[in-house]
Amino acid sequence: MKRKLPWVLLALFSGLMVAGLLLGEYKVVLEKAVMVCLDCIGIG
Amino acid sequence: MKKPRDRRAWYQAASALAMNAWLPGWLKGRIFQGGIKGVCVPVLNCYSCPSALGACPIGAMQTSFGGLRFNLSIAEKKFGLYVIGFLGAVGALVGRLPCGWLCPFGFFQELVHKIPSPKVRMPSFFSYFRYVFLAVFVVALPLLVVDEFGFGETWFCKWICPAGTLEAGLPLVALNANLRALVGFMYYWKVGLLVLFMAAMVLVRRPFCRAVCPLGAILGLFNKASIFRMAVDDEKCTRCDQCLKDCPAGIRIYESADTPDCVRCLKCVSSCKYGAVSYSFLKKREVAEDLRAARGRA
Repeated sequence: MKRKLPWVLLALFSGLMVAGLLLGEYKVVLEKAVMVCLDCIGIG
Repeated sequence: MKKPRDRRAWYQAASALAMNAWLPGWLKGRIFQGGIKGVCVPVLNCYSCPSALGACPIGAMQTSFGGLRFNLSIAEKKFGLYVIGFLGAVGALVGRLPCGWLCPFGFFQELVHKIPSPKVRMPSFFSYFRYVFLAVFVVALPLLVVDEFGFGETWFCKWICPAGTLEAGLPLVALNANLRALVGFMYYWKVGLLVLFMAAMVLVRRPFCRAVCPLGAILGLFNKASIFRMAVDDEKCTRCDQCLKDCPAGIRIYESADTPDCVRCLKCVSSCKYGAVSYSFLKKREVAEDLRAARGRA
C-alpha cells in the first residue's frame, strides 16, 4: 500500500482537478485573476 | 547517480521569467488579462503582478472559499476543487520541489540572503507556524468571516502576503496613478511587512518559506507520499553536517529525508562529498530497497 499511495493520491487529486474544471471553476479563477486584486496590493 | 550541477539559480530565474512573461504590463501599469490566466502555477506568484501569466493557487483557493456562500443566490458556490486538485496532484508528483526550483519569491529570498551580514539559525518550531497561517488565513477566515456584501475575503493576500506587495503592490502603485491615489493604511502595513520580511531574509535562509508560506505547508504534506523522493544512505553518511550548512531550508536531511520542511533544492545531493544523499522516483527507489532487503535475507 505504501508503494501505491503516491499513485492513489495522484489519481485522486487529478480527479478532483478534473471535477473542478467540469464544474466551471476555471472560470471563477480566471475572473479573479484578470482583475487587479486590490487586497493583494494593499489597497483593498 | 549523476549529481545535479548547481544551476538551480538559472532554473529559478527562468521560471520567474516564464511565469511573468507579459512584459508590456510593466510599461502600461496594467495586468495580463488573457484566457490562460486561470491556469494555476505551482508556486506563490501574485496574479496581480503586471507581467503574471497564471493564477496564484493560494489566492485562487481563498477566492473559492470566500465565495462559498449558500445563503447568497449570486454566490458562485464553488468548492475550490480545481485548485485543491491541482495542488494535490503537484504534491503527489514532486512534493515541495517547485519551492526549491520554480518559486520566484523563494528565489528572491535566496538572493537577499546573499547580502553580507551575520547569519542566524531559525528555531525549528517556527516551521509549525506555516500550518497556522494556512488554517487561519487561507481556510478559516475566508470561509467564516464575511464583508458588508456577505462574501469572504482573501485574508492571507490582504494582511500577510509579501509576495503580492513585492510583485504587484510596489510596481502597480508606482506605474498606475489611479491606484496611487488609493494608497492608505493597508498599503503601508503591507510594505512595512515586506521590509520586515526582507530584514529577516538577510539574516535567515528563506524565512517566509519556512515559517509562513501556506503553499509550502500544503506541498510539504506530500513530501513523504510523493513519487519523487529523497534518500540518505546511512552507511555512507558521516553526520558531518555539510548538508545543513548548505541547505536553504536549514534542515539535516539525514534526520528525515522526506521532511515537510525540505524544499527539494537538491543542494545536499551536490554538497555531500560522501555521496550519501540521493533522489529518485518512487518506483526506482522501491525496487532498490527490495533488492537490498532480498540481499539481506540471502
